[in-house]
Amino acid sequence: MSRTGFGHYRPGAEDTVPTTAPAEPEETVETTLGEDAELDLSRDEATARVEGTLAKLEAELVGLAAVKRRVREIASLLLVDRARRQFGLASSRPTLHMSFAGGPGTGKTTVALRMAEILHALGYLRVPRVHTVTRDDLVGQFIGHTAPKTKEAIARAAGGILFIDEAYYLFRPENERDYGQEVIEILLTEMENERGSLVVIFAGYPDRMATFFAANPGLSSRVPHHIGFDDYTHPELVQIADLMVAAENFRFDDEAREAFSSYLTRRMERPQFSNARSVRNAVERSRLRQARRLVELDRPLNRDDLITLTAEDIYGSSLFNEPNR
Amino acid sequence: MKLRHGTFSYLPDLTDDEIAAQVRYALDHAWPVSVEFTDDPHPRNVYWEMWGLPMFDLTEPDGVLAQINECRATFPNSYVRVLAYDARLGRQTTAMSFLVQRPAREPDLQLTRVEGENRTQRYAVQSRATTEREGAWQP
Repeated sequence: MSRTGFGHYRPGAEDTVPTTAPAEPEETVETTLGEDAELDLSRDEATARVEGTLAKLEAELVGLAAVKRRVREIASLLLVDRARRQFGLASSRPTLHMSFAGGPGTGKTTVALRMAEILHALGYLRVPRVHTVTRDDLVGQFIGHTAPKTKEAIARAAGGILFIDEAYYLFRPENERDYGQEVIEILLTEMENERGSLVVIFAGYPDRMATFFAANPGLSSRVPHHIGFDDYTHPELVQIADLMVAAENFRFDDEAREAFSSYLTRRMERPQFSNARSVRNAVERSRLRQARRLVELDRPLNRDDLITLTAEDIYGSSLFNEPNR
Repeated sequence: MKLRHGTFSYLPDLTDDEIAAQVRYALDHAWPVSVEFTDDPHPRNVYWEMWGLPMFDLTEPDGVLAQINECRATFPNSYVRVLAYDARLGRQTTAMSFLVQRPAREPDLQLTRVEGENRTQRYAVQSRATTEREGAWQP
């Protein structure tokens, strides 16, 4: 007799309570629809939330047409999958691990944040949260240190997205005693785990990501979604700058926009140009120069003075002072 | 003897999902959770062996459950409990403590006679699990 109810212990009675009761079968939340039922995807409340997030992605990010299309495709796939489940059509949980390959400042982290919101709206993640880690957070310093560190990172990301930035640093083929390989093995078992609702995103620069995946075929085969982020073109960067400036409650006057455009042309030729991040830094520096200019004006300021970035603020950049090469 | 120890001890044993829900409750209150185990169910055995360090900065119970399962796998014949510590100033104590595993067979406690000072007769509680342990000292 197994005592599973309440009651005090009785010395005579047999006492064989299992240490862990068998897990109850997961109850199906949605009622199964009939064979001839019709489902209007556009009326689904999850669709509305996903559409909202996609619209946000569309508005926030300039360009990146390929990425947006891919994200939309994944969202549609999951929506259809959800609809199939409502009809009682069984299918396994889709593998959602992704790789984001793109130059610096092309919006990989931002897309990961939006991806978390989309997956959460569709019920594939319990929380719309992204836990960003780099090699330092995963790889230990001595034998036996790596596994606990990696597991800790996985535990913190549980229920959300584990975003591994510059993932290729995990794998150092030139040093065979490197602990990075151990991280990859632990990640693989965790990614295979059907029950865990963890989604892993590997991110990094395209060429090195390609070598990374080529060197780890096991990893590559478990990441079905490879998304490439292209570098921004010049007009896109100008548009990004406008958005950034507007978001900070500033504006360029006409000359300043010209100046910024020519600044970008010069900046893009430089090594280590990092797309939107460079634009942000340039805007930050023009704000500095604007502040200095305003203080030196030595007269009462009006609202217009405070929000306008002039050509002078842009031309102050050291890029314009260099002799042309 | 079924050990009644900690919170929920008079309820049926918790399932993994219920444990996860309780851990989530602790994490929602920002109480770091830790796992401990012992083979000695003596009521005065307050300090159990720690299974790893307390787990800080978690928001989801998955990591705790993974540790519980590792501990269960390593010590299938031990008691395992989960502790939640409230570090708030003014409380700074264990906020929650409950068993998540008990051995298949739970040896009971034994009342033994003990010789006291000046040949006085006292009684002591001894957990049979410790005397049954392999290589245990037999009086």
